[in-house]
Amino acid sequence: MKFRSLASVAALALAGVAAAGTAEARDQIRIVGSSTVYPFTTAVAEQFARAGLGKAPVVESTGTGGGMKLFCAGVGTDHPDATNASRRIKKSEFEDCRKNGVTDIIELKVGFDGLTVANSKAGPDFDLTKEQLFLALAKEVPGPDGKLVPNPYRSWSDIDKTLPNEKIEVLGPPPTSGTRDSFLELVMEPGAEKVLADLKKSNPNAFAVAWKTIREDGAYIDAGENDNLIVQKLDANPQAVGIFGYSFLEENAAKIKGAKIDGVAPNFDTIAEGEYSVSRPLYVYFKKQHIGVVPGLDKFIAEYVSEKALGEDGYLSRKGLVPLPADELARVREDVKEQKPLSADAGL
Amino acid sequence: MTDIAAPSPGARRLGLSPDEAAARLRRRHAAEARFRAYGIGAIALAGIFLVVLIGDVIIKALPAFTEYRLTMSVTPTLEQVSSDGTTDPQALRGGDYDAALRAGLQQLFPQVTTRALRRKLNNELLSSGAAMALRDAVLADPAIIGHPVTIEALLDDAADLYLKGLMTGRRQTAGQGQAQVTVDGGTVLLRSTAPDFARILAGIKEDLRGQAAANRREAARLAAAAAATSGEGQREALSRRIADFEAKASAAEARAANAEAPETLTASRPSQLVFINGGIVKLTEIGAAEARGTVLVPLANTDAAPAGRWEIVTLTQPEADRRLDDQVIAWLENLKQRGLVSSHFATRFFTSGDSREPEQAGILGALVGSALTMLVTLVLCLPIGVGAAVYLEEFAPKNRLTDLIEVNINNLAAVPSIVFGLLGLAMFLNFFGLPRSAPLVGGLVLALLVLPTIIIASRAALKSVPPSIREAALGIGASHQQAVFHHVLPLAMPGIMTGTIIGMAHALGETAPLLLIGMVAFIVDVPGSITDAATALPVQIYLWSDLPEPLFQAKTAAAILVLLGFLFIMNGLAILLRRRFERRW
Repeated sequence: MKFRSLASVAALALAGVAAAGTAEARDQIRIVGSSTVYPFTTAVAEQFARAGLGKAPVVESTGTGGGMKLFCAGVGTDHPDATNASRRIKKSEFEDCRKNGVTDIIELKVGFDGLTVANSKAGPDFDLTKEQLFLALAKEVPGPDGKLVPNPYRSWSDIDKTLPNEKIEVLGPPPTSGTRDSFLELVMEPGAEKVLADLKKSNPNAFAVAWKTIREDGAYIDAGENDNLIVQKLDANPQAVGIFGYSFLEENAAKIKGAKIDGVAPNFDTIAEGEYSVSRPLYVYFKKQHIGVVPGLDKFIAEYVSEKALGEDGYLSRKGLVPLPADELARVREDVKEQKPLSADAGL
Repeated sequence: MTDIAAPSPGARRLGLSPDEAAARLRRRHAAEARFRAYGIGAIALAGIFLVVLIGDVIIKALPAFTEYRLTMSVTPTLEQVSSDGTTDPQALRGGDYDAALRAGLQQLFPQVTTRALRRKLNNELLSSGAAMALRDAVLADPAIIGHPVTIEALLDDAADLYLKGLMTGRRQTAGQGQAQVTVDGGTVLLRSTAPDFARILAGIKEDLRGQAAANRREAARLAAAAAATSGEGQREALSRRIADFEAKASAAEARAANAEAPETLTASRPSQLVFINGGIVKLTEIGAAEARGTVLVPLANTDAAPAGRWEIVTLTQPEADRRLDDQVIAWLENLKQRGLVSSHFATRFFTSGDSREPEQAGILGALVGSALTMLVTLVLCLPIGVGAAVYLEEFAPKNRLTDLIEVNINNLAAVPSIVFGLLGLAMFLNFFGLPRSAPLVGGLVLALLVLPTIIIASRAALKSVPPSIREAALGIGASHQQAVFHHVLPLAMPGIMTGTIIGMAHALGETAPLLLIGMVAFIVDVPGSITDAATALPVQIYLWSDLPEPLFQAKTAAAILVLLGFLFIMNGLAILLRRRFERRW
């Protein structure tokens, strides 16, 4: 008897599979993409549902690259309506989208995310330049004769006597992370440009390798994708320095302090005004073709750009998003309202 | 087994004297005792690790299980809560419930009149969930519109953290002298007959001395660096910085030396709040006998407060380093004094889905998602797994083909779980077109993951049933199938159950395959069926652990406890079932 009942349950389950097999029209917005933008898009999704504008959108955290792949796979309810990105869409991704029929993409620049270099409150104050950070973290740096040698610097004061006499110990994101890519582009490349200007001219490929390769002798430690973990480790080890997003510095201001980079300390105002140079824009991309097909998508976009969300005192800025300057925000709103699609010559 | 312990003829044959034999016996006994000690030590060590781990998780999870609520009276008016002036549920759903709450807060602090302060009062005290709760109350009983109702409004996560003592250290010292209050323009002058303020002043001077010493050290270090540099420009820049540090050090020293001179309290120093005459004053300037401050919560009167009837509260975390400023904290302290904020068990954590507001986030969505996923997995892989095991073990001919199948099953058990996720993505989502993020697909993928484990465990269980049982059944005329289903399988059931539970427990903790089929997602609604979008417990833990708000760290630990609880229940169920089916012979 037991087996008979088991068999009937199995049959039921199979029937369920068959019934669900036909894809039905969606009544729920689906968003994929970057884990950096995830905390902000989820907040908008929740407010959207709260305000009774529609069913709460499903927001997946897949990473920027993975999100783009899903987003560009096609048009229709089997594919996501929007993707979060911690960088601008690449030319190749745009082409890929086009090929799969995703011809009209609405680009929404939502704000900035500052990257901070921070250490424990118990540790020394850091005032670093990008050049010094490059010398501290690159695998190969120019030796006395200008040729690239394996990084000889063990402590910060080896690089510059004015820096603290502490061992270089930097906790940062792993190579798979978008944060790491941003750090390389925003800090290591400009830093390398100052130190290796000649190499850049004579051998651009070798130059690219030089700034893209982080040292592997234990001075730079992959601390995983989880920024909270880095904060905890910094708190436990006052010697160490960590690299992570600004919102984590803001929430943990009691334990850690941000290093000045090129003389500017990271805080809300310096990032918003662009004085603090290590910050990157965040984007959300929408499929124009889904507006009107997936209920509520236009209202969701409107909620995202509303004063309540993206404004200077909006709930997103309380979640740690550094908002766009007022004039740029007005421009973004205008574009989104007109549902202006991204064109191929947008300088991707 | 064999009796070699006694110094008997055997020992004599080995040429051992009774003494030697006894010594050898002692050695053997000692070896055995040592081995037992190792065993106990290993268990004790494992036990300590377990206790430390679980204890740590429990301590971190505690703040997630309580929440602070503000008891307040609100009067929702029809204009506020209805979008078109009727009590139609649709219209009530679109109403502005925040307006009713704002009016309620205004009643609690009628003195707050400036725009900036009112905005602070409205934004930083209550959770956005409070308006939702009021909406639900009005929807449940529209008759309360226009009448004052007492509600328990959920506090915002930062306020909650402060009241739980997790935002800043808080030191409370009773005033030892009689305190005189003089209102002087916008500020208040406090004068104490005892050295209440002098103590704080001394602390500040001490800090200044420390700062001066640190600046001197820094200057000395830079001076050494300057001596070693050759570049002229660099040295000049350095000497400027050295002079800067020296100047700072001298200034701090001068201030520290003058023990009587008043000091200004800045946002980068611990805050000093004075609770006096029912109000709260934040000190801005402190001298040896008197202190000046701004009023955060108005004083009932300006009478002199006798010793012991007024207090100085020190918030050790400087204002610049916390999310709540002194004004909001003063309001909270005032509400606490009036008995209006109280701590409650957070049932919300177990009854609501995910939220981006840490104080409102609950585990129910993930719990139901996990339960649905496990249900699909169990329903699929138990019959298929046991069926496959019975056929392979009892009926299948032994040939190349079945050998090949067996090898493949064993290999599949060792395939990384992410591969099953990829398979699920390609098969169930792209080929069959099943919905993304659904427990159905999650269950299917996890069923593939645990099937090999169940088949292997079931085959082992079937193999361990004594052949005599099978032979006896066949001997009295049962068919092969009858022998298997009536006799062998019931006896193998405990082993099969154990294998299944191990497989299911493994599946419960998986996140990697779920990432690819879209279950690593923010989902507000609690799923109602196996085709609704859902997430699972380990995924929820992963997602919460990566958010910056401190209360989410507590929720992460609490979610781990819920996952462990789920596992305990599953294992308990398995033990229960095993007891019922177990047969001994």
